[in-house]
Order: sequence, then structure tokens, then C-alpha cells
Amino acid sequence: MSATPFPAGPIQRCEGCAVVVPGDDIDTDRIIPARYLKCVTFDGLAEGVFADDRRERAGDHPFDRAGNHGAAILVVNRNFGCGSSREHAPQALMRWGIRAVIGESFAEIFFGNCLALGIPCLSADHDSVLALQAAIAAHPGAMLQLDLDPPQVTLEADGVSSAWPLELAAGPRRMLVSGEWNGTAQLVAHDAELRATARRLPYLSGFAAA
Amino acid sequence: MSAGTLYDKVWELHRVADLPGGAIQLFIGLHLIHEVTSPQAFAALDDLGLTVRHPERTVATVDHIVPTTSQARPFADPLAEAMLATLEGNCARHGITLHGLGSGRQGIVHVIAPELGLTQPGMTVACGDSHTSTHGAFGAIAFGIGTSQVRDVLASQSLAMGKLKVRRIRVEGALQSGVYAKDLVLHVIRTLGVKGGVGYAYEFAGPAIEALSMEERMTLCNMAIEGGARCGYVNPDAITFAYLKGRPHAPAGEAWERAVAWWSSLASGPEASFDDEVVFDAATIAPTITWGITPGQAIGVDETVPTLEQTESDERPIAEEAYRYMDLRPGAPIEGLPVDVCFIGSCTNGRLSDLRAAAAVARGRQVAAGIKAFVVPGSEQVAAEAEAEGLDAVFRAAGFEWREPGCSMCLAMNPDRLEGRQISASSSNRNFKGRQGSATGRTLLMSPAMVAAAAVSGHVADVRRLVTAPITPEPASTRA
Repeated sequence: MSATPFPAGPIQRCEGCAVVVPGDDIDTDRIIPARYLKCVTFDGLAEGVFADDRRERAGDHPFDRAGNHGAAILVVNRNFGCGSSREHAPQALMRWGIRAVIGESFAEIFFGNCLALGIPCLSADHDSVLALQAAIAAHPGAMLQLDLDPPQVTLEADGVSSAWPLELAAGPRRMLVSGEWNGTAQLVAHDAELRATARRLPYLSGFAAA
Repeated sequence: MSAGTLYDKVWELHRVADLPGGAIQLFIGLHLIHEVTSPQAFAALDDLGLTVRHPERTVATVDHIVPTTSQARPFADPLAEAMLATLEGNCARHGITLHGLGSGRQGIVHVIAPELGLTQPGMTVACGDSHTSTHGAFGAIAFGIGTSQVRDVLASQSLAMGKLKVRRIRVEGALQSGVYAKDLVLHVIRTLGVKGGVGYAYEFAGPAIEALSMEERMTLCNMAIEGGARCGYVNPDAITFAYLKGRPHAPAGEAWERAVAWWSSLASGPEASFDDEVVFDAATIAPTITWGITPGQAIGVDETVPTLEQTESDERPIAEEAYRYMDLRPGAPIEGLPVDVCFIGSCTNGRLSDLRAAAAVARGRQVAAGIKAFVVPGSEQVAAEAEAEGLDAVFRAAGFEWREPGCSMCLAMNPDRLEGRQISASSSNRNFKGRQGSATGRTLLMSPAMVAAAAVSGHVADVRRLVTAPITPEPASTRA
């Protein structure tokens, strides 16, 4: 399970081994089955990550293969994290050790939940992701260097460095790089603006006469 | 870029500030919470030393973990009991209204907020549950959020959001008898794909949509998220206003007239422009049912499981995974497929009109031998109304179990679940691998009437052959 601290402050790069979980439309019920949601803290979630898929694969799931222990970068395909809004999914991945996700595309709520934890979800086109996954498979245990600005991933193996450009929308990128991804304080600070907005919403005053 | 749509207007009205990261701070008009995704948010609030900014704008209920056989406290499952106790404690401490068990107002969060009149046109609605899109049926902008965002809404009554694009889904014509909003939305998802809506809000419009009752509109918007769209909505109209009038939290007296005027002003006008538009013909849609492991893997009940040749090349790997998992042969008919369990309920289809449609099929028939069939009303109010018109007796006489309200077997966080390789006919919203509580269990999504048809037939059956008359008038007796 995770030995490195959880994300904090500005996040400009991430370094580590990769674990590839191939397949499209991997939903959050598969990332963390519902029975693990019976909890009032996120603390114990690492043990539930991909629990049913791992049992089905009997030790041969990417999260169980010895070479992938300690991996920090998860590489996936299309529409990863679709379905339920459960933040338990990125929480479980984070507590297992994941600090960044690269894929072809992500479900929106999952992407936002990861962002709120300081876990960047970066995307690349289909061919680039397949090439990256093939390179990782060809070089087990190779270190990946992930940069957010500009977004790209580099794999060093056998003295050769291969790089793939990645995409991350400007807004989330700025939030991560600046360290403003956990913005509760920022929202709370806009007290006057919140009051002004509330004043122009008639339903907040029960549609009282103007 | 979209302009002049309901989405654009509501977005601008709720826009608080531009955030340094590029996101927009959006005011949240109604925040709904439940026992699964809120405890960590309250704990985080405590860690930050913050309080709930607008406790009167947050409303709680308990739904995911409640048993549907006996709801006596303490629950047999200590984890479930701890979750409800934590919710009770947090609500009491922060002055948040909790519609608890036995209050007469408890139920699935997406059923009770509309029936109490809490959900209204022009609001922004957020809840730590992806099916929050349901509330878009009222012309609200409603979307699911994660627990960190629940914390943010508690602390600030706002969220950091990015604006979505708007796709109008225009449905011409009229649905056939025996074809429901569930079939329509499964058809839309089947056509546009489970990721077709990523980055979009879906505006559902056109004659077939305008003809839907509020409960049908809720079913439709509920499943927008299954098509990848975080929110879906229908413009408010006379049907919306008729549903809202007289409900406990709806405006009354002179305020009602002002509310209707404001709500009406928010609808997308004739000048509205959209980022994209797709047109469907309602008349061509058959009762639709999923055969695979995503809500997009759906076919008409009279069709066969698609072969690889009939499947887009990039969808073939997941089709092959679905054949294996579901143990279905490409090219096989879906009608006649035997089922083990029949579940009627959920935030998608657990409302009074859903139960009426299913009861119309069950009336005078018997659940086939060897099938476990049960009905879970979406709320205490739905249960009371259904019982008042004798629907519980109809179901019981036919061999269905009649249960207490909750999320039940939609997601298996309570004692209701599939066992082993069982296959269910389910009126819920997700057919993901393992979703209904068994890692090898299988789910066929369909309308409540189709579930009832499967229950009395013992296998997937075309409900159009069992019922001929239309059976879903807007419930008239739902005033609390």
C-alpha cells in the first residue's frame, strides 16, 4: 500500500513506475465495489481497490502482479471511472499508491474527484496510449516521468528516452500546478460575492414580492 | 457555443466568481445528502474548522444502506447502523433537516426531493450521487458530485465547476403503448454511447418529451449520466407547474404566480443555440433492454444480441467481455432469456406511475415458478399512495414481495443482492459487472412494466403482448 505521502501543494510532476489496467468503460463499481462503501472514513479503502476484478483474475490482475507493487502512475484506456460519483474510487486508488492517471478519456465526475485530491488525469489519443502501454509492457519496472506543464510523459529504458505529449485542460492544469486544487478556502473567502449571488435568486427568499 | 438555453441562463444566475484556476464558482441552490457520501465531508469540514454556511439549503435522507425487509433499529448490519447514526449526528449538530425512517418523508433522495417540492425549476442542485441528474426533469441544473465537493458545498454553498456544452436531444413523434421513458433513454444511450455525453449537458426536447409526465421526465434525466452527460434537463412547462403546485416546499399564494413567471422565463427560447443537436423518432422505439455490461449495450426486445460484425470496431473488446460475462451468444434472441430475480424500484423507476405500470401487468397473473420477484417503493410517500390504491395487494396476490423504501438491489449496499450467477430483470440504472452485489451476477435493465412481464413469464418477454391499454397517467394523488 501507499508509502508516499498524499498529494499536497503545487503538483508539477510525478515520477514512478506505471501500472496498466487495460479496457474501456471501467466503472467506479469495478474500481471499488459498493460493499466497501460501508464506512464513515476513507482510511481502509486500499484493500478494496478492483476487489472483484482481482478475485476473478486470481492473482493475475495488474494490481496484484509483483512487478507493479509501488506503482504511482495508472495507465488506462477510454471513459475510465464512469458510473457512480463515489469519491471512494480515487480515494482507493490513492491509498493504494496511485498519484496520477493517464488514459484516452475519463468520466467527468471521476476526473473532478481526482482533481480534488490532487491526482491529475491526463489524456492522449488512442494510438499514443496504446504505444505507451506497449512500451511499459516491454520495459517492466521502468520509471516514468510525468510533467504537467507542458503535459507529457517520458519513459527511460535501455538508455533510450521516449516521450508522449499529453493533454490536460488549462483550468485543471493551473489549479494543480499552482497548488490551488483544494480550494475550499477560496470558495469560502468569496463571502460578499456569495451574498450578492444569493440576492438575485428569487427562490432563496420564497419568491417574496420585490 | 450554446446561448439562450436554460442551462446558460441558470449558469449565469448562479455564477459567483471566476476562480484563479480558471474554474467558475457556482452557487448551489439545493444540496441533498445521504449516509454514504457525506460522513467524510463533515469530518473534513471539522478538520478545516468550518461550519455549514446554509444548513437550510441542505436536506438529508437515508436510502442506500437501509434494509427493505425490516427497518427496525439498530440495523442487523453494524456498519449500516454506524453510517445512519453518523448522518443523524451530523445533521443534528449542524441543524440540517433529516427525513429519517418512519417520518413519512424518507426515501431515495431523488424521489423525495421532487415529491416534497424541494426541487424546482431554475435551481442548481448538487448531491453526492451521480443520479442527481434526475432533478433536471424540472428544468434545474442538477449534477452528481464527490465527497470533497460535498464538503465544499457544506462550507460555501458553492462549487468550482467548468461550464458544459449543451446538446439538444429532440424527440419527435410519440412513444408506442408499452414503451416508456426508460426505453427512450436506453435507446438514446444505445445510439450515442455511454461516453457520448461526456462534456455535455443534455437538453431533452420535442413533442415526445413534452408529452411525458414529470415522473417519466425524472426517469429520462436520471439516466443522462449513464450516457456520460453529467446533467440532463427538460424545460419547465405546464406539466412541471401542475406537478409542483401544492407540494410542501413549493411556493404558494401570490408567490406561486411570481415563481411560475420566473420559471417560465428560464426555458430555452426559440432563439437558443446549441453546441450539438441529435434527433430521434419516438415511434420507432421498441421496449428496450440491456444485454451486456454497460447501459449502452441495449437492444429492442425483438432484436438479437449484436454480433461482432454488427458492432463498431472500438466497441468490440467490451462486447466480447460482455458475451463472456453474461454468457450470451452473439445473434441470440433476448426475448425468452430465462431470469432468476425481478426487481422493481430504484431512483430511476421507483415512483407511483412505475408501480402502476408494473401492477397493470402483474394484475391477475402469477410470478413464474422459481423466480424471486420484489417491489421496493422509492419512498414512504410512494409506498403510502400505492397502498392506498391497492397496488401492494395486486403485487402480493401475483407473488411479488412488497418491501420498505430504499435503494435496495440497485447497488447492493444493503441485504438485497444477487447470489452467484443469478440473472436479474431490473428497473434500475446500471448493469455493470458485480453491480447488484454478486461479482458474477448479471443484470438486464428494462422498464418496470417489462420487469413485471419477465416475472410472470419466467423469461424476458415483450410487454406489448401482455398489456394493450396505456397505463401511466400522471399520479393525481401525490400531494403531501
